[in-house]
Amino acid sequence: MKRLAAALTLAAVTLTTPPALAEETSNQVTDFTLDNGMEVVVIEDHRAPVVVHMVWYRAGSADETAGTSGVAHFLEHLLFKGTETMEPGEFSKVVAQNGGTDNAFTSFDQTAYFQRIASDRLGLMMQMEADRMVNLQLDEQDILTERDVIIEERNMRVENDPSALMREQMGAALYQNHRYGVPIIGWRHEMEALDLEAATSFYERHYAPNNAILIVAGDITPEEVRALAEEHYGPIAANPEVGAPRLRPQEPPQLAERRVVYRDPRVAQPYLLRRYLAPERDPGDQRTAAALTLLDQVLGSGQTSVLNRELQFDSQVALHTASYYDGTSYDESSFTLVVVPVADVSLEEAEAALDAALHRFLEEGVDADQLARIKFQLNADLVYQQDSTQSLARRYGNALTSGLTIEDVQDWPELLQSITAEEIVEAAARVFDRKQSVTGYLMAEETADAPQHEVSQ
Amino acid sequence: MKPLLAAVFSLFFAAPALAATDIQTVETPMGFTAWLVEEPSIPFTSLEIRFRGGTSLDAPDKRGATNLMVGLLEEGAGDLDARGFAEARDGLAASFRYDSGPDSISVSARFLTENRDEAAALLRESLVNPRFDEDAIERVRAQVLSGIRSDARDPDAIANARFDAMVFGDHPYGSRPEGTEESVTALTRDDLVAAHQAGMTRDKVYIAAAGDISAEALATLIDELLGDLPATGAPLPADIAAETTAGVTVVPFETPQSVAMFGHAGIARDDPDFFPAYVLNQILGGGGFEARLMTEVREKRGLTYGVYSYLVPMDHSALYLGRVASANDRIGEAISVIRDEWRKMAEEGVTEAELEQAKTYLTGAYPLRFDGNGPIARILVGMQMDGLTPDYVTTRNAEIEAVSRDDIARVAARLLQPEALRFVVVGQPEGLEDSPGQ
Repeated sequence: MKRLAAALTLAAVTLTTPPALAEETSNQVTDFTLDNGMEVVVIEDHRAPVVVHMVWYRAGSADETAGTSGVAHFLEHLLFKGTETMEPGEFSKVVAQNGGTDNAFTSFDQTAYFQRIASDRLGLMMQMEADRMVNLQLDEQDILTERDVIIEERNMRVENDPSALMREQMGAALYQNHRYGVPIIGWRHEMEALDLEAATSFYERHYAPNNAILIVAGDITPEEVRALAEEHYGPIAANPEVGAPRLRPQEPPQLAERRVVYRDPRVAQPYLLRRYLAPERDPGDQRTAAALTLLDQVLGSGQTSVLNRELQFDSQVALHTASYYDGTSYDESSFTLVVVPVADVSLEEAEAALDAALHRFLEEGVDADQLARIKFQLNADLVYQQDSTQSLARRYGNALTSGLTIEDVQDWPELLQSITAEEIVEAAARVFDRKQSVTGYLMAEETADAPQHEVSQ
Repeated sequence: MKPLLAAVFSLFFAAPALAATDIQTVETPMGFTAWLVEEPSIPFTSLEIRFRGGTSLDAPDKRGATNLMVGLLEEGAGDLDARGFAEARDGLAASFRYDSGPDSISVSARFLTENRDEAAALLRESLVNPRFDEDAIERVRAQVLSGIRSDARDPDAIANARFDAMVFGDHPYGSRPEGTEESVTALTRDDLVAAHQAGMTRDKVYIAAAGDISAEALATLIDELLGDLPATGAPLPADIAAETTAGVTVVPFETPQSVAMFGHAGIARDDPDFFPAYVLNQILGGGGFEARLMTEVREKRGLTYGVYSYLVPMDHSALYLGRVASANDRIGEAISVIRDEWRKMAEEGVTEAELEQAKTYLTGAYPLRFDGNGPIARILVGMQMDGLTPDYVTTRNAEIEAVSRDDIARVAARLLQPEALRFVVVGQPEGLEDSPGQ
C-alpha cells in the first residue's frame, strides 16, 4: 500500500507546510543497470493490466553532424522498416495484432520508441525493440520513399504554418553556435540530400544498449522487468564506440540582441515572441532551473499570471499572453514570452508593454499569495500525476536523456517547494538580458491582399 | 520470413480494464442520473458533464452565441469577477474546462478530495451564476474574433468549413460553431444569457465521475451543482441527410502543401451495422500503418505523412470523412489512389486476414483506453450520450468479434459510395480541376 501512504501524506498538504513528498512518491520507482550498460527504470501502477514500454536513446537532432540535419528523425522513421528477421512494417503490425499502440518521437536531445500494450505482451515488445536496436536492414527504396514522407511531414508541420516558419528563424537566431538552432525535422535542402549512408552512420554511432534507457511503467514488478530485460536486451553487447560524452559546440558570449521579422500572407493574427537563453537543469545543480520553472508559472501560466493580469486585464493591449520554459535540456535552454496584441495595438506597442511589465515585475517582486497558490498547485500535480504513469515515464525518460539522474528527478518536487520569491526575481534578472535574446515579429504582408474565394461552386 | 508472427499466441483479452459491475448508476434525490467508477487510491475526482445540443442550439442570427457563452463561464461567476474566480480555482488546485461542439457543451472538472466541497461550490457558480460582465465579454469576444480570422487563413480550417457548408447548407452543422465576424460582433449580453438558459438545462444533462468519491457524496454534489439550472431549454435541431456528388472542389490558397478533406454520408451510431462499419473503417483508413490508405498512399508511394478516414456519427446526421495532405504537385496522385481504394473496398470488401488483424487490434486496444480517472469519466459520459448501458464495456468486444466478412461486404456496398465521394482541396493543387456539384 505504498501509494496509499503517499496519498495520506498528500491529503495533509497545506499552504504553509510543504511535506516531504519525494521520498514517498519515489517508492513506486525502481532502477537498475544491465551488465551491458543499459539503464532500466520501472514505475509500478497495478490498477490496470497494461504497461508502457519505452526505449530512449541519448541521441537527438543536436547530436547530428553538420550538414545532415534531420537525420536523427529520419532514422526514427526508418526504424519501422525491417531488420534481419522482420519485414518492413512488421513491427507496428505485430504491436497492433496484440492490441497495442506504438509510436516514436525525436527531439533535440533524445529519440524514443514506445508501445502501450497488455502487460503479458511485454516480452514480445522487448524482443522486437532489442532486435531493431542493432539489426536494422535498410535498402535504397526504403530510403527514397521514407524521405518523401518526412518531406511531407515538414510540409505539414512547417511549410504550411507561418508560426512554425517563424519559430525556425528565431531558433536559428537565438543559438549562434549550438545545434539547438537547427530544426529537429531538418532544413529542407539537407533533408532532400539524406541518404542511406547518413542514416546508417547515425545509427551505428548512437544505437547501442549502453546509450539507451529502458523504461517500463504499469502493471509489472521490477523483478519481472529485470528477468525480461536480461533475456531480450542482455545479450546485446555494449558498443564502446557509442555513448561518448556529448561534446556539442557551445554558445559563445552573446553580445548583441537579435530581431527577426517574418512576413507571410497567411498570417491573420500578428504576434510577438521573445526568447532568452536560459540555464538548464544540471545533475545535482537544479536550483536556478527550479527558480525559472516557478518564474514561468508566475509570469505566464494562466489567468492569474503577471502577464495576463497586466497586459490582458489592466492595460488591455493583449488578447493572449504566455511564457514557456523547460529546464530539462542537455545544454543551454531558453525562456520564451508570447504576446498576441489586440486588433488596434501594434507589435511595437505590445513589445513596449511587455518590457514595462517585466521591468515592474523585477522591481516589485513576486506576489506572496500567487506563489503560495502555485506551490499548492505543484503539490496537487503530484496527486494528479499518479493517475498517468505514462506521463511519469516520459518525465524520467526525458530527464535521463538530458543528462540528469533519477535522484535529480526525485529531488525536483521538493526543490520547487523550497524556492523563495527572491530567488525567482534573481533568476529573472539574470535571464532577462536582451543581449542574449531574440525578438520575433510575425506579421502579414504589408500590402493587405483581399481574402481569397474559391473559383466556383 | 515472419518468425515473430509465430510468437503471437492466440489472442484474448478476457479481463477488460473495467467490468460493468464497477460502474455504479447513481440516482440523486433531485432526479439526476450519474455513472460512477469509485477509485479511492488517489485522492482526487474527475467529473464530466455534458449538455446535449451544443452550438447547434444557437438562435437564428445569433451564430456563435453558445461558443462565446461557454468561453465566458470561467470569466466571472457569483461574487467573483474573472480574476477572482481564477484565483479561487487555482488556490484549490482544481481544474475546470468548458468546451462546446456541434452536439454538446462539455464541462470537465478535476478536484482534490481535501477541498472537494469548495471546488464543487465554485464550479457550481460558473454553471449556474455566470456573470457575463461587459469587460469579460469584450475580452473573450476579441479572442474569438481573432480565432475566426486565423481560421480563414488556415488550410485545414478552410477545408472543414467548406465541406460542412457544402453538405449541410443552412442547417447549424453547415456553419462554423464560432460564428462569423459579423455575427459575433453583433452578439449582446442578452444573447449570451439566452444561450445559457437555452443550452445548459437539466433535461439535457449527462454526468459521469471517476475517482475518490462515494455514490452518496456524488449524489449530493450533483444536486448542489446542477439543481438550480433551468428545467428545459431550446429544442434540438432537425435531422439532415448528408448529400454529396463525386468530384473535387478546389479552394485556391497560396501554400506549398494542399490539404484535402474527403467523404460522403456515414452511418448512425445506433445503426445495427455500426460495428461492421467501424471495423471496415479500421481496415480502410483507421489509425495505424496497417490501414490500406496508409499503406498505399504513405508506405508504398511516400505521398503524405498521414492519411486517415473516420466515421462521424452526429446526433442529427452522419458523415464518413477522411483527410490527406500532400505537396501541390503530388496531391492529385494521392487523391487518385484514395479513390481507387474506396472503390476497391466497396466492390471487394476485406480479406479474412485483414479482418482478424483489425479485430485483434480493436479488442486489444479497447481496455487500454480506461487508463485513469479522466479518461474513464469521459468514456462513461460518452456512452450515456450514445444511449448505451453500463454493460456495454463488457459486451463491446463481443460485438467486434461477431463481425464477419459478409457483414463487411454488405456494409461496404451500402456505406462506401465512390459516386458520392467529394474532395475539398485547399491549396494550389496541380492537375486538379474543380468539378461542379457538391
